Amino acid sequence: MNAQLQPTGSAYFITKETQKAETRTLAVLVDNEPGVLARVIGLFSGRGYNIDSLTVSETEHERHLSRITIVTRGTPHVLEQIKHQLERIVPVHRVVDLTMSAQDRGQERPLERELAMVKVRGTGNNRVEALRLADAFRAQVIDANTEHFIFEITGRVSKVEQFIAIMKPLGLVEVCRTGVVAMNRGAEGM
Amino acid sequence: MEQRAPEPRAYETGRHEMTGAEMVVQALRDNGVEHIFGYPGGAVLPIYDELFQQEDIQHILVRHEQGAGHAAEGYARSTGKAGVMLVTSGPGATNAVTPLQDALMDSIPLVCITGQVPTTLIGSDAFQECDTVGITRPCTKHNWLVRDVNELAAVLHEAFHVATTGRPGPVVVDIPKDVQFAKGIYTPPQTAPRTSYHPTLDGNQDMIRAAVSLMASARRPIIYSGGGVINAGPEASHLLRELVELTGFPITSTLMGLGAYPASGENWLGMLGMHGTYEANMAMHDCDVMLCIGARFDDRITGRLDAFSPNSRKIHVDVDPSSINKNVRVDIPIIGDAGRVLEDMVRLWRASAKTDKAALKPWWEQIGRWRARQSLAYKPNNEIIMPQYAIERLYELTKERDVYITTEVGQHQMWAAQHFSFDQPNRWMTSGGLGTMGYGLPAALGVQIAHPDALVIDIAGDASVLMTMQEMSSAVQHEAPIKIFILNNQYMGMVRQWQQLLHGNRLSHSYTEALPDFVKLAEAYGCHGIRCEKPGDLDGAIQEMIEVKKPVIFDCRVANLANCFPMIPSGKAHNEMLLPDEATDEAVANAIDAEGRALV
Repeated sequence: MNAQLQPTGSAYFITKETQKAETRTLAVLVDNEPGVLARVIGLFSGRGYNIDSLTVSETEHERHLSRITIVTRGTPHVLEQIKHQLERIVPVHRVVDLTMSAQDRGQERPLERELAMVKVRGTGNNRVEALRLADAFRAQVIDANTEHFIFEITGRVSKVEQFIAIMKPLGLVEVCRTGVVAMNRGAEGM
Repeated sequence: MEQRAPEPRAYETGRHEMTGAEMVVQALRDNGVEHIFGYPGGAVLPIYDELFQQEDIQHILVRHEQGAGHAAEGYARSTGKAGVMLVTSGPGATNAVTPLQDALMDSIPLVCITGQVPTTLIGSDAFQECDTVGITRPCTKHNWLVRDVNELAAVLHEAFHVATTGRPGPVVVDIPKDVQFAKGIYTPPQTAPRTSYHPTLDGNQDMIRAAVSLMASARRPIIYSGGGVINAGPEASHLLRELVELTGFPITSTLMGLGAYPASGENWLGMLGMHGTYEANMAMHDCDVMLCIGARFDDRITGRLDAFSPNSRKIHVDVDPSSINKNVRVDIPIIGDAGRVLEDMVRLWRASAKTDKAALKPWWEQIGRWRARQSLAYKPNNEIIMPQYAIERLYELTKERDVYITTEVGQHQMWAAQHFSFDQPNRWMTSGGLGTMGYGLPAALGVQIAHPDALVIDIAGDASVLMTMQEMSSAVQHEAPIKIFILNNQYMGMVRQWQQLLHGNRLSHSYTEALPDFVKLAEAYGCHGIRCEKPGDLDGAIQEMIEVKKPVIFDCRVANLANCFPMIPSGKAHNEMLLPDEATDEAVANAIDAEGRALV
C-alpha cells in the first residue's frame, strides 16, 4: 500500500471533464450600489467562468434594485458553482437560472431579446436593398440622410446576428448591441 | 468644551452628531472592540487623534501593516471575536492585502479600516492614493467606500455583522479623510441587517434525519471535521465530542480543525491529508459513510480526486452553499451552522439511533492495524535534534500550561500539526488556505494581546520567521512575551523537500546562505535569545524559554535535511502514501511521475 507498488497515474485535480458545456441565462437581482457590477464581473474573471453576454439596469427605483442578465457557458457542475458563488456576494438578493426554470415548465428556453443599432452607408441599389431587408426584419429606421440609415432592430440573438450579416455587403459601418435581456413566460415573477 | 444638550429623543436613541473619526471609535466601542492593531499615516490621522483621547480601546502599534493583519487574525482565532486593523491609504492598504486574503481563505472574521485620500482627490493619483476597494474586492467578503459621513456608522456596524456571521471573513471599510473630519449623525448598531444578506444557519431537518439514519447504518464510518467547527464556537466543539462519544465513530480533522476533537481522545485518528496520518487517510479511502463537518474538500485533503474515498456515501455540513459539491460530489448536503446542525444530529441520534458496537468492531480492528504502522515515527538521534523530537519535547513541557500555538508555513508547520497534541479549540493558529510564510510571529502577538497571561508559542521555520521578524519590536513595546521557537535547518525545508522529490535534488535557491545570528538578533530587539544544538540540552533550554518573562527567540538547530513524512505525493490517492520507513532515496526520487510534476 505505498507509492512504489501502485501504478503511477496522475490527475491531482486535473480530471478530464466528461460533462458537456451548456448555455444558460441567469437573472441576478442586486442592490444598485457602487461596485456591484465589478463584484459580479470580478467573480467571473477571477474564477475563470465565461460571460457570453451581460446586461444591467436599475429596475426598481424605490428599492434601488438592479437586474443583471448574464448569458454564460459551462458544465452543469460549473453552472451550479456560478449560481452559488453569485449568491455569496453580499448585495446579491437572488439568482435565478432562467433556462433551468423554463425547462422545468416544459419550455425550451426563456424569452430572450436583444436590441441593436445598425448603421449602414450606401447609395443606389444597395440602399434600396437595405431598406427592403430592414422592412422584412421589422427593423425601424431611427436616423437617415441621403447616404446612410441607422436601423433599430429587436429580437432574438439569432435574428439580430442574421440581420447584421446581411447588412455587411450593403455598407455596414458600425453596430451597437445591448446584450440579452430575458424573462420567463407565465404569470409568476422571478 | 461645553456642549449644548442634544434633543432628548435623539439622545435616547443613541443618535448623536459627531465627526466621522469619532464615529469610528464609537462604532468600535459599540461592537465590543477592546484592541485594534494598526499603523498610522496621513489618511487616518483624524482617527488616530480620536484614539489618543480615549481609553476604552487599546491600540497595538505594529511595524508593518501585514503584521497588523496577522495579529488581528491571531486575536480573532484565539477569541472567536472579530479582529480589527487600522491602516492608512495607499501602501497601508496594499500591505494589508496578504492578511485579507489569508483571512478570506481561512474564514477569519477581520475588520480592516483603511484611510483614503479626500473624496475630492479620489481618482487624481493623489499622494498615497490607491483604489483600495478595487484592490481588496476579490480578497474580502465585502468592502465599502464611505463617501457620506451620515452612512459611516451604519456601514461600520454592517461590516462587523458581515465579518462575523455566516461563513466569517475579512471586510474593508475605506474612509476618505474628509469624511473623517465631517460631522454627521451617528446611529447605534441596528438589529435589522440588509435584506440581501441572510446566511442559512439552521440545517434542513429532513436532510439531517437522512444523515443520521445513514450514519446509523454505517459499518465503516468516519467523521472528517474542519475549521468550520472551530468557527461555530466552543459549543460546536463540545457537541462534536458528544456526537463522537455517542456514535463511537472514528474522527479525523483538517489542519484548520485541530483541537475541536481532543488529540487525546480515543477515537482520534490524527490529521488527514497530504501530511496526515496513515490511519486517517486510509480510513477516509476505505470508509462507507463520511460525515464532513465544516471542511471544504480542499486539494491538500483529497489528493487525487478521482480516487478520493471511492466507495463512500458522503454527508457534507457547511454554512457556505458554494462549498457543497465544489470539489467532491456529496450525497446528503446540509447547509447550516456546524454547531446548530451538530445539536440536531446529537438530539436525533439520542432519540432514534443506537450504536451497534459489534458492527463497528471489524472497522476499528482495521484502523488498529493501520495505526500500528506508526506513520509519524522517525529515527531518533542522540547527536542532532530531530525536528519531530523538538516538537514532542515542546508539547510535553508545555502541556500543563495555558498554551497557544501559532506557526509559519512549511515543514515545521506540518510537524507541529503532527506532533503537538491539541485538546481544545482556538489554541492552534496557522495559515492553512493561503499558506502565508510570516503569519505566525504577528499572529502570536495578537494571541498574546488577547490572552496576556497565557504561554504563546510561534513554532517557526528559519525562512518564514524572517518575513515578519520586525514585529518582535512590537512584542517588546507591548510587553507581549511571545516565544518564537525556530526549527532552524537553514533551508526553506518544504521547498527543498519538493526539489528533492520533483527536481532531481537540485536545490535551487532554497538554502539561506546568510542567516542572521538569531540570538544576537533577539538581543538587538531587546528580547531574550536562546540557542540549542544538542538533544540533551533541549529540555533545559525549553524550560528557560518558558520561564523568561520576555519575548524569546529560540534558535533550535535541527537536522538540516529531514523530510516531512508521511506524505501523499501529488497525483496520488489516499491509499498511496509515502511512509517514513519506506521513504528510501530511491522511493523519494520516484514518488511523483511526470504528470504529477506539473501539479503542486
